[in-house]
Order: sequence, then structure tokens, then C-alpha cells
Amino acid sequence: MRIMIAAASLAVMSSTAYAGCGISSGSVRIGGNDFPAIQAVSGAAKACDGGGVSVSVDLNKDHKDRQVAALTANPAQFTTSIINNSALVALMNDGLAQPLDELIAKHGQNLQDMQKVTIDGKVMAVAFMANAQHLFYRKDILDKAGVGVPSTYEEVLAAAKAIKDKGLMDYPIAGTYSGWNLGLEFINMYHGHGGEFFKPGSAEPSVNNAKGIATLNMMKALSGYMNPDFLTYDSNAVQADWEAGNVALTNLWGSRAGAVTDGEGSTSEIESNTMFASAPTVAGQNIPATTLWWDGFAIAKNVSSSDAEATFIAMMNGISPDMAAANVDAAPWLIEGAAPQPTDVGVLASAQGGAKPYPMLPYMGAMHSAASAEIVDFLQGKESAEQALADLEAAYIAAAKEKGFL
Amino acid sequence: MPHRTFISFIWPSALAMILFIALPIVSVAVQSLYIQHEQVIETVKNCGPFGCSESVVVNVEATEKIRAEQPLGRFNGLGTYTNRNHLAFAEIGEAWHDSSNWTVFFAALGNLPFYKALFFTLAYTLVVTPLVLLLGFFIALAVNRLPSIYKGPTIFFSLLPMIVTPLIGSLILFWMIDAKGIIGGSLQLLFDDPDLSLKASPALTWITLFIYGVWHHAPFSFVVFYAGLQTVPKDILESAMIDGANRWQKIYHVVIPHLIPLGVFIALIQLMDNFRVFEPIVGFNASASATSLSWIIYNDLRTGDGTTLFGSAAATSMLTILGVAILLAPVLIRTWRANRRMA
Repeated sequence: MRIMIAAASLAVMSSTAYAGCGISSGSVRIGGNDFPAIQAVSGAAKACDGGGVSVSVDLNKDHKDRQVAALTANPAQFTTSIINNSALVALMNDGLAQPLDELIAKHGQNLQDMQKVTIDGKVMAVAFMANAQHLFYRKDILDKAGVGVPSTYEEVLAAAKAIKDKGLMDYPIAGTYSGWNLGLEFINMYHGHGGEFFKPGSAEPSVNNAKGIATLNMMKALSGYMNPDFLTYDSNAVQADWEAGNVALTNLWGSRAGAVTDGEGSTSEIESNTMFASAPTVAGQNIPATTLWWDGFAIAKNVSSSDAEATFIAMMNGISPDMAAANVDAAPWLIEGAAPQPTDVGVLASAQGGAKPYPMLPYMGAMHSAASAEIVDFLQGKESAEQALADLEAAYIAAAKEKGFL
Repeated sequence: MPHRTFISFIWPSALAMILFIALPIVSVAVQSLYIQHEQVIETVKNCGPFGCSESVVVNVEATEKIRAEQPLGRFNGLGTYTNRNHLAFAEIGEAWHDSSNWTVFFAALGNLPFYKALFFTLAYTLVVTPLVLLLGFFIALAVNRLPSIYKGPTIFFSLLPMIVTPLIGSLILFWMIDAKGIIGGSLQLLFDDPDLSLKASPALTWITLFIYGVWHHAPFSFVVFYAGLQTVPKDILESAMIDGANRWQKIYHVVIPHLIPLGVFIALIQLMDNFRVFEPIVGFNASASATSLSWIIYNDLRTGDGTTLFGSAAATSMLTILGVAILLAPVLIRTWRANRRMA
């Protein structure tokens, strides 16, 4: 018993020693997606735990599916939700995030202006990292095939053909072509073709056009060089295939760049030849066929003002320059003083090339879901591109009507 | 039994059934008649790490006000049931009008999400259920003949597929049938076709899911039949033997008639279970080639990014209940008639 008391008091003492961050009291509950960069941020925020403040962290790869319900509760399950451009829209649609202007004035002096996500003049989220799908390539394989680094999707196809013809690989390309990811690949490629998803100023869809057809045809051409199981591939599967050395070209997330060069799960030959570049352009257009994403945090509306303040201070600690300096490889940080790393090349090049951010429209989620479901038949060769796009629009219209957007 | 006694015995379970079965169904039925309010949209300026742009957002206050006035949403009648993502009457009418023959019409039908899911769900139910009955019966016969010291372990191992959580079972098989997995790789060698992939073509995906379904459900049917086999009257079997019946004749004329009520029971449970097939589709990542009614409901409820479609999911749920009722009707009517004859 005495030992337990001693241990307990020791624990309290040690935690008060680290605690503080200048917070007097409050409850901080962090919810977010689960990948290394967010683990780093929430870990740094967790260091404020102790004294009168409790900091809990709950990371889950399906966070986007639970956050709306979690923040609808009053008081909210999470005082802060770690979100990206698309997930912020879901919170905004239901008014679940609170403006951060006052908290920033009080505690956010070292934020850069670009980190402040402003909607209608109010800061609704603080971004801390950028992300985008971009080209991963195997330098050794491209050299053996005698082709350069592709900068357009037409060159990607030519490179894949050269690799296959030389017998270097059976399926040189991999893509995240299952479910939600497939919808995003369509959105990326359609952006690259310069397409618009909606008729100007309305929620009416407008993807059934020549650019939409060209988008689908390019995706099908790419899938011809993919493993026949491509419709079951998500980011994890693509990463595994990459690390196994089965793939020479893929369009994968910047946040995976660190993971495929971390000295684990692959051979040094594959890792040392894994290089990153901007997402390719397509069809003679000049912007990379990808969408830019940021990850950041928003603070729940349904929390007390003292908890909101405690949360903001803890999160500012989480995204401090020290944290970024200690985790340089985890992500392309948007934090002041964080120098770009070799693994950030692809995201930065895509952003500099003029890639568009993922649209922050309230009805984009419905479009994304419809795309994920309806272009599968075309990729399986069961229907024409026109039919697939007509289906996509019809599925979107049915969902948008039910959601009250049309 | 006096009514009073009957009621005092039945009320706890009747109450539980009303609370946990009837009321939720009524609530889902009501939900399916409503859709969300029109969203009040306004144009604002958005700024972020990648620059500023004009964008639109939902005006939460205005939308909230409409919501508070009518919390259920806009009444849509059967609109959700008949829209393109469900029964799609308008699209079917068009397809009927445009199709020159049945093949074209069915192709058009299979292109609509609800019918696509219904085709797979029905095919799964109608293929898996009889196979589960047959396989379970034969395993039970075989195990029944084993010397008794082997029976215990054999029964335990035969039950494993049912003990394994469906999602885990399907995930394990998913990796085994991968082109680089042990089953997938062996099949490629066996058929001498390096491009053979069970996950690539819809037809092979369907067959894989059917086989998984039989593998997973057969133990249930086995264990029920095995229990039934212990009750087959020995004297009838003996008199059949004296009459010169061989093994198959005994099974056909004595064992099967004795086990028919159990078969009906298993068929009922399996029809219901299989009509709600869901986990293997998620586990096998097979939604590109095979969707089921339950999967559509899941997809409506779980599309993240705030696009959850409650009305749509509710409508599909009601249609699923209707489907189960239609499937079970013949068996239920049969049982009811049999009971009345006995009474």
C-alpha cells in the first residue's frame, strides 16, 4: 500500500513537472485520423496533460465517418477534431465548429497567415500540414527501361509500356482504385483535364462531357497496366505492393512518402530508388492532375469556453515548431520554420505546378460518393464512358435531392 | 390456458418485442418517407494554405431554423422508394420502352444500384442456402459414422468456420485468394494461367463469395442435423434393415423424412441470414463486383464527409424487410398449414 501511494505521488509529481503549457484547467479531447503526422501532433499536445488539465487522444483511420456524430453531442465527445478540407465541410454543414479568431488573438501569435483557414472572414480551422497524391517512381526501373521521369500521364503510359515490353514488371502501375479512393482518382484526373464538376453557381452536376470521357479513358488506359485486382487496392495495398517491388509508378499520398523510405517493410534497393515528383499533367493541360489537401484542427462548438481555450493552447503546443523539427519526415509541415524535406518534393512540386485544392463545396461529398460507385462498371468494361457518366450524374442528383441541395 | 395466465406469461417478451423490434421498424418506416430540408446556401470567400477562392457554404442558422420547425425533414411520400437509387420506376419504364429484347432490358436493370444489389443478394441466397443444407447434412451423416473417440475433435474443427468472426474469416480468405496468396497462386499453377485472379472478374468474385458463404454457414446446418440424427428412432432403422434396405434407402426413407422439420428450420434461418449478406462484401473488398441490399444501407449511412442519407437507408431497409417476408412466405404458409392440420 505504501509503495502504491509512493508510486502514485511520484506519478503525479512527474506529470505536473511536464504539465502546464500555461493551462490552468480544462479537459482536452483530441480526435483524429491515424497516420504518423497526426500521431506526432497529438503526442506533442498530450504533453500538456497533468495538473488541472486532462488531455486524451483518440485516433482512428475512420475518423471522418464518426466526427460529425461525435461533435453533434453536447458536450462534444472531442473538443477538437483533426480534419482536412473535405472533413471541415462536413462540420461546417452542420455548424459544429467554432470561430477561432479570439483564441488566435490571445494564444496564436506564431501562426502563419497561410495556416488560418478562413471562411466568410472567420478562422474556422488551423492547418498544420499539406498533403496531395503525387508521382512515386522507381528510378532504377525507369533507367533500365530507358525512359525519363514522366511529367504527363501520356508519358506515364509510355513508360509503363516500355517497362512491360522489356519484361521488367508485369504490372508497372498501381493506383488507389477502390471505393472512396477511386472517386478521388476520378476527381484528380478530371481536375487535371480542366473540368468543372458543377454548372456555375449551382449544385447541378456537369461531368458528362468530353473532359469526363477523356478522364475515364485515361483511367482505363492506366488500369491496363495495373494488377488485375486493381479495383480492390486502397492506399495500404498500394504501399505494400510498392514496398514489395512490384510497382514502378504510382500516384500516392505525400504522407506515404516517409513510410516507403523509412527503412522498414522493403529492401534498401527499392527504398533508395524510390523517388517523388509532381503529379503528372494530362491531355496537354498545364496543371497537375491531383488535388491539394491540408490537415488541421477545428474546435468543437459544443464545448465550454474554458475547454475550448485549453484545447487551443494544447493544440498550439501540438503544432509547435519544436514538434515539426522533431518529426521532419512525417509530413510537409505548414508550420513556421519547418524546412522542406526530400519526401515533401512531390507535394510541393504539385502545389507549385498549380494543382487545385479539393473543392470545399457542401455537395462535393455527394459527388465524390457517386463517382466512387458509378465508374466501376466502365473500368470493368461493362458499359461505355457516356453511360458511366450519365449514371454518375443520376446517382448524384438522387443523393443531392435527398440532402436538400437540389 | 386462461387468458390471464397467458398474458402474464407473455407480457415481458411482448413488451421487449414492441420496444426493440416493432418500434424501431416503425421509426425506420417513418424516416423513409422524409428527406432533408432544402439547404440555405450562400457564397463566401474562403482562404486557406492554398490561397483564396469564392466558394459556397451552408447557412447554418437559416437551415437550423427550418430544421427546428420541422425536425423530421421534408415529407417526400414514397419519392425515395421510387427514385433512381431504389426502385427506379422512371428508369425502368424508359428501359422497358427502349429495350428491344430481354437481354438489353436486364442489362439496363443491372445498371441501377438497387437491382444490381438485388440480383447479387438473390443469387447468393438461392445458391448458398441449398448448398449449406446439403453439405451440412452430409457432414452430419459422415460424423455420425465416426468412432466415438474421434467425434468430439471432429465436431469442434467442423464448427470452426462458424466460430471465426465473419469479417476475420473473409479477410483471411481475401489474402489467401490473392494472386500472390496460397489459394490464388495454386489456382494459377493449376490452370496454367498467370493472369487468373479471383478478385478481378465479377463472375469469379461472385463464386468466391458463394463459396465463402457455404464455408461459413455449413457448420450451423451440420450441427443442427447432427443433433437431429441422434433422435432418429432406432427401431424403425432396425426394421428397415430387416426389410433389406441398404444404407441409402435407410437414409432416403427413414432419416430424411425424420429430419424434414429441422431442414425447414435451417432453411428459414439461412434464407434470412443470406438475404442480409454483408460482411464478406466488406471483407473481400468486393463492392466493385458485388453489392448486396445490406451493403447499400451501409454505404448510405457511412459515406463520411457529411453525406449520410438517412431516408435512403431507411427505404432500402424497408425494402429488405419486404424481401425477407416474400422469401419466407412459402415456408411460413407451409408451417402454418401443417400446424393447423395437427390442431
